[in-house]
Amino acid sequence: MRALQYTVRVSEAEAVTPRVRRLRLVAADGTALPPVSAGAHTVVSIDTGERVIRNAYSLTAPSLSGGAYEIAVLRTPESRGGSAFIHERLREGDSLTLSAPANFFPVNRRARHHVLVAGGIGITPIAAMAEEIFRLGASFELHYAVRSAHDGAFCRELAARFGGRLHLYCGERQERLQVQAVLPNQPLGTHLYVCGPERMIEAVLADARAAGWPNANLHAERFVAPAGGEPFSLFLRRSQRSVTVGADESVLEAIERIGVEAPHLCRGGACGECITAVSHADGTLDHRDHFLSAAERDAGEHVMICVSRLKGRELVLDL
Amino acid sequence: MSEVKSRPKWGRLAVVPEAAAHLVCAEGVGLDAVAEAFGDHDAAQAAATVLLAGPTTAAQAGLTGTRVLSHPSRATAFTAFHAHLDRAKMGTAIYLAGSESFLNAASAIAEAHGVVREALQGEHRGARTRRVQCVHCKGIMEAVAVSPIVCSHCGVHLMVRDHYSRRLGAFMGVVVDAEAPGVLPQALRL
Repeated sequence: MRALQYTVRVSEAEAVTPRVRRLRLVAADGTALPPVSAGAHTVVSIDTGERVIRNAYSLTAPSLSGGAYEIAVLRTPESRGGSAFIHERLREGDSLTLSAPANFFPVNRRARHHVLVAGGIGITPIAAMAEEIFRLGASFELHYAVRSAHDGAFCRELAARFGGRLHLYCGERQERLQVQAVLPNQPLGTHLYVCGPERMIEAVLADARAAGWPNANLHAERFVAPAGGEPFSLFLRRSQRSVTVGADESVLEAIERIGVEAPHLCRGGACGECITAVSHADGTLDHRDHFLSAAERDAGEHVMICVSRLKGRELVLDL
Repeated sequence: MSEVKSRPKWGRLAVVPEAAAHLVCAEGVGLDAVAEAFGDHDAAQAAATVLLAGPTTAAQAGLTGTRVLSHPSRATAFTAFHAHLDRAKMGTAIYLAGSESFLNAASAIAEAHGVVREALQGEHRGARTRRVQCVHCKGIMEAVAVSPIVCSHCGVHLMVRDHYSRRLGAFMGVVVDAEAPGVLPQALRL
């Protein structure tokens, strides 16, 4: 079964900061795109001419009511080409393909209070959540750490919209977000949501757990871009096909390159949709997802093919 | 005993070591479970408040470091539970212990205060009777042991269904003789 896809046209593209480009996307056939819940993301297929790169992006606040979608794309130096293409070559009027939105990071509607924590570009789902909670009239506070005043575009918008509920921490001004200072005295039934660099997410979750917050009240969004590694051989046992997974492509991308379809959704190691049984591994599995438990990783029976790799010679998958 | 998928499953109380405070609501012999869980944890005992429905029992001897507040009835203990939940901060672990109908009612109160089910601990001690809501008049009956029963509020004959509402903390009671008034199935122990 092929997942639902939308063909969209870039109706607006603007630099909101020197490193972040905002895209407004409308359906190519003129129909209204369906509304989304805050925290949802879409996977954008970017055809650079040499290859197709698929990256997951959070849908930002203007997407909530549907019609058009907006994403904000950070230019990353370690980009495999997706964000560089969006920043350098994508123009207004160009076409893109989007997957139907999915949400692994929803707002808990029964919470008594919401603590939203964002670092850098992690603000994209968090600002949408703040908007959704604000419209519901529920109680929240938003903590946003930015590197420098250059990231000010989002800050000004958020400050104008949310006033005193926004707490801004500017690294350039030596302001540090200390989550230990935020955690005490939150009412029972508070939920915390964090999105940002991996180190920040880990630190926030560790501090919250140490303060006795239950895991069920803690929510994080961690998409990892599939980083490269050493090439290795891949054999698909059921399809009887073999392919070499290149240094800068994921297992899933290599499989798609030879025309084999494998189940997947987020392409960022978060959702678990692409879990695949390992028939044999000549080498060590290099798990990079956030889905498998430590025990499942150690067992080595399954691998998340969207981000994880093999350190070794050959991987045989039950595909 | 019927296997009801929606029926809450309770385990054994275990002290949450990271919690800054512990709030316990227990009824009758439920205090035994509290004493067993907290017995060896002096620090947790010092940070715990136990709201007890009914008189204190011998189990209190195992909780010397803890404030145990005894309330004359379940209703008065729940009034205190509401007040403590209102004031409680994140980092407070919530524990329940008592009969099934007590756990049904107490968990609904905790969830209404935003406590997530996965973070709520309960241990079943004592009667395995159900809390039932009449779906017609919305009246709640505590400690129901048989089905059908007469609704103590509106008087209709109710079949107790295996359908549990977490929000209400109660099973559903539906009129059983609507088409042939007075014709009732044989009574069964739940």
